[in-house]
Amino acid sequence: MVISAKNPVHSILYLILTFFTFTIHYILLNAQFLAIVNFIVYMGAILVLFLYTLMLMNLNKESEQPKSNLVKIAAVIGGGCFLVTIVAALKTFGHSAPVLLKETNLGLVKNLGKTLFNEYLLPFEVSSVLLLSAMVGAVLLASKDSKPTA
Amino acid sequence: MEHLTQTIQTVPLNAYITLSTVIFAIGVIGVLVRRNAIVIFMSVELMLNAVNLLLTAFSVYLGDASGQVFVFFIMALAAAEVAIGLAIIVMIYRNTNSIDINVLSRLKW
Repeated sequence: MVISAKNPVHSILYLILTFFTFTIHYILLNAQFLAIVNFIVYMGAILVLFLYTLMLMNLNKESEQPKSNLVKIAAVIGGGCFLVTIVAALKTFGHSAPVLLKETNLGLVKNLGKTLFNEYLLPFEVSSVLLLSAMVGAVLLASKDSKPTA
Repeated sequence: MEHLTQTIQTVPLNAYITLSTVIFAIGVIGVLVRRNAIVIFMSVELMLNAVNLLLTAFSVYLGDASGQVFVFFIMALAAAEVAIGLAIIVMIYRNTNSIDINVLSRLKW
């Protein structure tokens, strides 16, 4: 649905639906922190950003002219080959054990926070630097034309 | 609710791997088929999320919290990537009045 919808806005709405099912999956896996983060960051921030960008561009009228059929078929075959390979590799594993919740409080905020701030403190700080540089870069890129003299 | 929890406990790991693979493949096909730059971006997001789900499933399966921390980092990275990418797309749109990626084949080098 996401990739087959002609209108990009519909595509984004389908993507929101897909991410909502992801959130439900996280809740079912008892990863509550990730569920909340997924809900807020993806569905709240990223997809709204997509939607605003798309509406800002206002290109609903001009439909994209489709790629040639050959390219489409080749793309579907390529993706399908990938799918078949992984699934066939899975078949060789045979039956797998069910996903049991060994530690029921694994995905809770308290437990994740302990792991995050003990073992992964340096990556955490580095990711903050990454986010800062991304913010600066985005502002720089998006506002280049408005201030030509700056 | 108790019954639901019992049922979910019986979902095999292979089901999660298969689901993630299918979603990842849909993302790959989306990148290859579409020409709208924003839709391609959304396909990339789809692939990232497939990997996130798989990491979480493995993390729960092994009882290790590191996987979920990784997913958190991937989400932070995806947010940064989306901000930069959308800024670039907006800039392309201002310059060329289109977000068709074939326009970009005229890029110098």
